[in-house]
Amino acid sequence: MTRKLLTGNSAAAWGARLARVEYTPAFPITPQTEIIEDLSLWIDRGEMDALMVTLESEHSMITAAGAAASSGVRVFTATSSQGLLYGMEMIYTVAGWRAPFVMVNVSRGLSSPITLESDHSDIMAARDSGFLQIHCATCQEITDSVLLAYRLAEHKDVRLPAIVNQDGFYLSFTREPVDLPDAEKAAAFVGEFDPENMQFKSGAPLSQAMAVLGGGPYSYFRYEVHLALQRVLSVYDEIADEFADVFGRRYDIIDNYQMDDAEYVFVMMGSFATKAHDAVDSLRQAGWKVGLARVRVFRPFPQEKIRQLLTGRRAVAVIDQNISMGMGGVLHSELATALYGLKDAPAVLASYIGGLGGRDVSQQEFFEMIDELKQACDNGETLPPRLLYTQNELTEIRNLQAIAQAEHAEIKQAEINKAESKKK
Amino acid sequence: MKTASRILGSAFFMAGYEVQDAPRYGAERRGAPLFAYVRADRSPVNERGIISHPDLVVVSDDTLVGMPAAGVLQGIDQHTVLLINSHEQAETWSERLNSAAKIIILPAREDVEDRAELPYIGSSCAAASAALCGVISWQMFADALSEELSHLGDDVVRQNLEMALTAFDAMLPYAGIVQQTGLPSAAEYQKPDWVELPFEAAAISAPAIHAGATSVKVRTGLWRTMRPIIDYQRCSGCWWVCSTYCPDGAINVTAEGLPEIDYDHCKGCLVCVAQCPPQAIESIPEHVAKQRESSAVDISGGSHDT
Repeated sequence: MTRKLLTGNSAAAWGARLARVEYTPAFPITPQTEIIEDLSLWIDRGEMDALMVTLESEHSMITAAGAAASSGVRVFTATSSQGLLYGMEMIYTVAGWRAPFVMVNVSRGLSSPITLESDHSDIMAARDSGFLQIHCATCQEITDSVLLAYRLAEHKDVRLPAIVNQDGFYLSFTREPVDLPDAEKAAAFVGEFDPENMQFKSGAPLSQAMAVLGGGPYSYFRYEVHLALQRVLSVYDEIADEFADVFGRRYDIIDNYQMDDAEYVFVMMGSFATKAHDAVDSLRQAGWKVGLARVRVFRPFPQEKIRQLLTGRRAVAVIDQNISMGMGGVLHSELATALYGLKDAPAVLASYIGGLGGRDVSQQEFFEMIDELKQACDNGETLPPRLLYTQNELTEIRNLQAIAQAEHAEIKQAEINKAESKKK
Repeated sequence: MKTASRILGSAFFMAGYEVQDAPRYGAERRGAPLFAYVRADRSPVNERGIISHPDLVVVSDDTLVGMPAAGVLQGIDQHTVLLINSHEQAETWSERLNSAAKIIILPAREDVEDRAELPYIGSSCAAASAALCGVISWQMFADALSEELSHLGDDVVRQNLEMALTAFDAMLPYAGIVQQTGLPSAAEYQKPDWVELPFEAAAISAPAIHAGATSVKVRTGLWRTMRPIIDYQRCSGCWWVCSTYCPDGAINVTAEGLPEIDYDHCKGCLVCVAQCPPQAIESIPEHVAKQRESSAVDISGGSHDT
């Protein structure tokens, strides 16, 4: 193994290279483009034996990915944010095709207004599509998760496409030490793609079609996707064990830190969890029994594991880096669903929305969340949802609004002046 | 600066540190302010994002210090070391900024006028930073620089090493002045100043900005670091190639069918230079063009209205 500094984007490209992908349909979008740049450089130099095709949109790119996977080719692609949404029709469609491939999404907030920075609202929009979702917290985890994702996606009980998610900027452009798996071992771990009964060879043309169906047959096929996705939970451990045996790194469906005796728990996804890791250390030093549960596999949702993990805890702070408009944090709702009706469910399940558009979450904010949980428990209260937002940030937006209003007033005044000069 | 952060990051990594380095991009244009950050520790680095309380701040372009949007002075206090690449003295900056930070000057090269053209500045800043931190030997730094720049060829590496060594040596008297500080402690911390966002009507809360027709008034030509110049002797008068390819619509066509560059809005992307079929458009550094202009004014003595 070689330990070197890699960005999240390079780590993703390395995952694809080590999985020996054969085809990469591509379309550029910030902050994902470097993944495609790395792959194209390697293909150009002959270091990687794959075909890259640049498509005219993400819609076509995902169609090409699904079509190639359906013909038994190992496919990798990547996108982000608006690109993911532009391809959304095909995201749902290719999952229905049962076409297994891996796509890295570099999470970035959605318009409007526009941002380039990290936010999980894009990946949440693909939540119900039938794609597996693995959410990463470090650059190391990105390379490793791409390898794991091929095994899960191509598993004969699953056979569905997978998204490996990483956060824009916080991982995509950030270099961290990464132990690159040995190429031979990685290839042996991922193995050959066995497309089973999906057969298409240009030398032996065949027709393949998806039928238009009424409710009964339609329900069957859609529900089979749901059941296949849930199968990931039962095949996961064996694959993760094998990975750990070969590479010495173990990845669970939920990544737990200091959970054994934790009374107060942070539950979250993505790279901000490493910040929470530091906060847990500091809180423990100050005498708090705090733990961190990072949901790594978000689809399928590990409902049973969540129940086992969180029952008996005093209180939980769910930090969502996303927002379902008109409802709130997505992970929070899903935890509430998982815990509903359980006798020992935590008394307080608090919802915090933080990190929208790359907005940072400070150590002090993690400390304060735990303080709020304790107060609520002690007083027998529930906590209303909270957007992590400070007075300074409100002042900043007030300043921006003042500028916008001044501009607006200037235009109004100019219109009045014009009208008056016409009268004269 | 991205390259500087990578060189420094690699140097720390080679010295046995756990490292995180990252650039931050904002507006995507040449000459836009850019910053990058490096974290290094003996144990794995879990903290992420922009460094809120830096131990060392390095400013490669001193015109950014006074620019609030650049945020150079954010989160600095008496423990911070502020290294400024400048022609001016540390005392001048201390007085000007009224800052408690320890200010050190990396002497700016005399021959550099244009801030968009600061040759070797990344290597110099990275080397100065390495020396100030006091835990990276010159040899280790040189190895890191060579690795990060190897794709640019031996000559570029050699020139960068030369400039970097000057900066490294200049900072040796201050070696170790940068002190590592930890994260805030849960035992004693300043509570975040959280507020509830109030509901506000769409007339206020929609993110729409209405302003006059600003695109004509905003002289985006100020961003240009290279200036395209049309040689009308060679121009074939096709009129359409350069003006069509110009992504900013900054090439107009005169009644005589000749292209004319609107320098108030030409950003210097040089697409026209690449596209012109008879290669009638050349490019020169903007500061050279400005010098030529001012000397032309001097010679003609009052050809412009004053």
